[in-house]
Amino acid sequence: MDSCNCIEPQWPPDDLLMKYQYISDFFIALAYFSIPLELIYFVKKSAVFPYRWVLVQFGAFIVLCGATHLINLWTFTMHTRTVAMVMTTAKVFTAVVSCATALMLVHIIPDLLSVKTRELFLKNKAAELDREMGLIRTQEETGRHVRMLTHEIRSTLDRHTILKTTLVELGRTLALEECALWMPTRTGLELQLSYTLRQQNPVGYTVPIHLPVINQVFSSSHAVKISPKCPVARIRPAGKYMPGEVVAVRVPLLHLSNFQINDWPELSTKRYALMVLMLPSDSARQWHVHELELVEVVADQVTKFVALRLLHMFQISMLLKALDLYISIMNQVAVALSHAAILEESMRARDLLMEQNVALDLARREAETAIRARNDFLAVMNHEMRTPMHAIIALSSLLQETELTPEQRLMVETILKSSNLLSTLINDVLDLSRLEDGSLQLDLGTFNLFAVFREVLNLIKPIASVKKLHVSLNLAPDLPEYAIGDEKRLMQTILNVVGNAVKFSKEGSISITAFVAKSELLRDSRTPEFFPVPSDNHFYLRVQVKDSGVGISPQDIPKLFTKFAQTQSTATRNSGGSGLGLAICKRFVNLMEGHIWIESEGLGKGCTAIFMVKLGIPERLNEPKLPFMPKVPTNHGPTAFPGLKVLVMDENGVSRMVTKGLLVHLGCDVTMVSSSEECLRVVSHEHKVVFMDVCVPGMDGYEVAIRINEKFTKCHERPIIVALTGNTEKVTKENCMRVGMDGIILKPVSLDKMRSVLSDLLEHRVLFEAI
Amino acid sequence: MWHGIDMYSLVYSFGFVPCACEHQGIVDDQFTQLRKLEDENSPHFVMEVASLFFEDCEKLINNMAIALEQKQGVDFKQIDECIHQLKGSSSSIGAMRVKNACIAFRSFSDGQNREGCLRCLQQLSHEYSLLKNKLQTLFRLEKEIVAAGGSIPRVH
Repeated sequence: MDSCNCIEPQWPPDDLLMKYQYISDFFIALAYFSIPLELIYFVKKSAVFPYRWVLVQFGAFIVLCGATHLINLWTFTMHTRTVAMVMTTAKVFTAVVSCATALMLVHIIPDLLSVKTRELFLKNKAAELDREMGLIRTQEETGRHVRMLTHEIRSTLDRHTILKTTLVELGRTLALEECALWMPTRTGLELQLSYTLRQQNPVGYTVPIHLPVINQVFSSSHAVKISPKCPVARIRPAGKYMPGEVVAVRVPLLHLSNFQINDWPELSTKRYALMVLMLPSDSARQWHVHELELVEVVADQVTKFVALRLLHMFQISMLLKALDLYISIMNQVAVALSHAAILEESMRARDLLMEQNVALDLARREAETAIRARNDFLAVMNHEMRTPMHAIIALSSLLQETELTPEQRLMVETILKSSNLLSTLINDVLDLSRLEDGSLQLDLGTFNLFAVFREVLNLIKPIASVKKLHVSLNLAPDLPEYAIGDEKRLMQTILNVVGNAVKFSKEGSISITAFVAKSELLRDSRTPEFFPVPSDNHFYLRVQVKDSGVGISPQDIPKLFTKFAQTQSTATRNSGGSGLGLAICKRFVNLMEGHIWIESEGLGKGCTAIFMVKLGIPERLNEPKLPFMPKVPTNHGPTAFPGLKVLVMDENGVSRMVTKGLLVHLGCDVTMVSSSEECLRVVSHEHKVVFMDVCVPGMDGYEVAIRINEKFTKCHERPIIVALTGNTEKVTKENCMRVGMDGIILKPVSLDKMRSVLSDLLEHRVLFEAI
Repeated sequence: MWHGIDMYSLVYSFGFVPCACEHQGIVDDQFTQLRKLEDENSPHFVMEVASLFFEDCEKLINNMAIALEQKQGVDFKQIDECIHQLKGSSSSIGAMRVKNACIAFRSFSDGQNREGCLRCLQQLSHEYSLLKNKLQTLFRLEKEIVAAGGSIPRVH
């Protein structure tokens, strides 16, 4: 070291001190150099550091300080001027930086300090919030527990269950060690341990009710901390550990048995139970205020729950009952109303029906009366009017044959004409009424069409010849001989039409033509509404009757077929028609699905009556037995039993004759006997059938039969024996069978019956019975 | 000769005499059957049978009348026989009312009731005359029609 202007006297450098200084400086420098390194290292590590500039500054300051101390090492010994220069520079820089740093730190340090305070503040706040949240959570839990408890309670009615549930829930909510309920006894002098949480079957501990601690609890509505040593708290056997805090609260009781609906039960009954709650013994838990509040609330409410629940249930049940009743009443009312409506409706309907009934009855009676009157009328007509009238006709005609003066003759003629007219009228009216009734039905049967025309001709010829009219009949070759229809009415129609022609013609000729209507002729322009349709088993018969009489004017033609209508021209005729004939014909023709009309070119030009009717075509006549055949008279065709020799034994002359007539009609060769002796004498093997009457007393027909049987030993020679009897007694039949007769017929015998009997007999040789 | 007589009406009305008879029950279907037997071979069959019947009937009725008048005692057996005969005849010809009267008569004769029998006999006579009347009219009509050249419609 050179000269230095020191105040103190110079002292020679001490080696030891110098050594220590040297070392210290070295270490200081080292430390000073390492600090920024550390700083840099840690700042780099940390994410946030807002004071980088400070760091740089500080780093520079430290580095320079370190450099200074480092350079100081060289100044311990003799050092050059360079070193001194460096040292000085370093020191100057260090001074500058350190002053700057010092100045800067004035700003920074308060900031840093405030950061620290804020940090502390935040930490406190966080701790506080944590606490509060814990609190809230607990409260929420508690609330949930209470709700669950309430729900549990509400879902049960049983008081026992409610209380037990309360304890359970409370225990769970508050994490209790034990929870017990002491109920007052009936006497009211003691509290009995009724429910506990942990212990299943609480033994019936009792404590007197008037203990001071109990009184204390009962007198306050709050939960009261009590000593664990208290009798009510000594529920469990004493454990090793210190029992936890115990709290007791009163539970107001309500008389649940006497309930009036309108009276809310007073809480002034002042009966309480005691609920004791114990915290776990080995925890340092304390009763918190909110927990106590919960306990108080629960205690207060539990019986109210029960009561309310009961009340609600009761009210609900009453309400439900009332509702049910109401509903059923309404139902009844509705039913009754509907019944009433229906009843009213039905009564109205019934009244209406009754009215209608009465009206209908009246109408029916009137109709019946009318019908009866008509029937009576018809009956009278039928029986009484016809017969005397026919007598009049017959006798008048006979009278005409006798000797008469001209005046008498005229009178008789008039009588005859009038009665004929009357007769026709009556018949026509009778027929017409039946036609109008709709009661007239055609008597369908197979008949000989040719015969009908021949018959008409036979009937009309006498009159026509008298009037000197020439009548001709033309039957078309394709006209079938037999047809199915109503023979009688067809004849009536033809007769009527032809009769009219004869009646209204004074001279000339009448021509009748009949043929099968072909399809092209079926449609007539004059009768557009008539559309006949021929088919396989039907044909249309067309009959035209042309006369050369007075004719009819065209305007009168439509009136012809209306009943009772008389035209001027018809009135002039002598033998006027009643006006019914054509009307009836029209009806008949309509019934036969046909059509009738009259054509005339005018007065004096004659007229033509044309009608078409539908007739059936009978089956081929090859078949041996045809149901319609019986109508065909057998006297026209081959006889049924030609030459069959029969013997008839009958005492009664008339009866004998009738039987003979029957058999002769059938073509038999009949021998008649009137006694059994004669019969036995006459009978021979030639006779094929013997008819004997067995109903005459005194004549033993049976005896004869036996004798005949004896006479003809061989079966094929013996004639068939048939009994004729008038009675239907079984004994007769048995007798006949007994004596060996072959058949029995009941008298009187019709032609058809006789025919069928004979054919059966001859075929089968036996017939029992044709009654 | 028939002057202006409506033969048609006559013939037409002829058909109704037997109808009327049948309607009134004087004859029944058996009579119609007999009429069916008339044909060209036996054109007067019905008339013949009827004549026979009339003879028979009159005889029997007379017999019965005599028998019932017997003072010493009525021979009911004979009456019974007569009734039986008459019944047979009347049923053969189809005289329904006569037959029914016979049946009624029989019950009285079985009971040997003289009074009843007399009444029945009277009834029987009455029925018989009625029938005879009708039939004779019919036959006369027939005769007249045939004589006039007409023909009788046959019954089929």
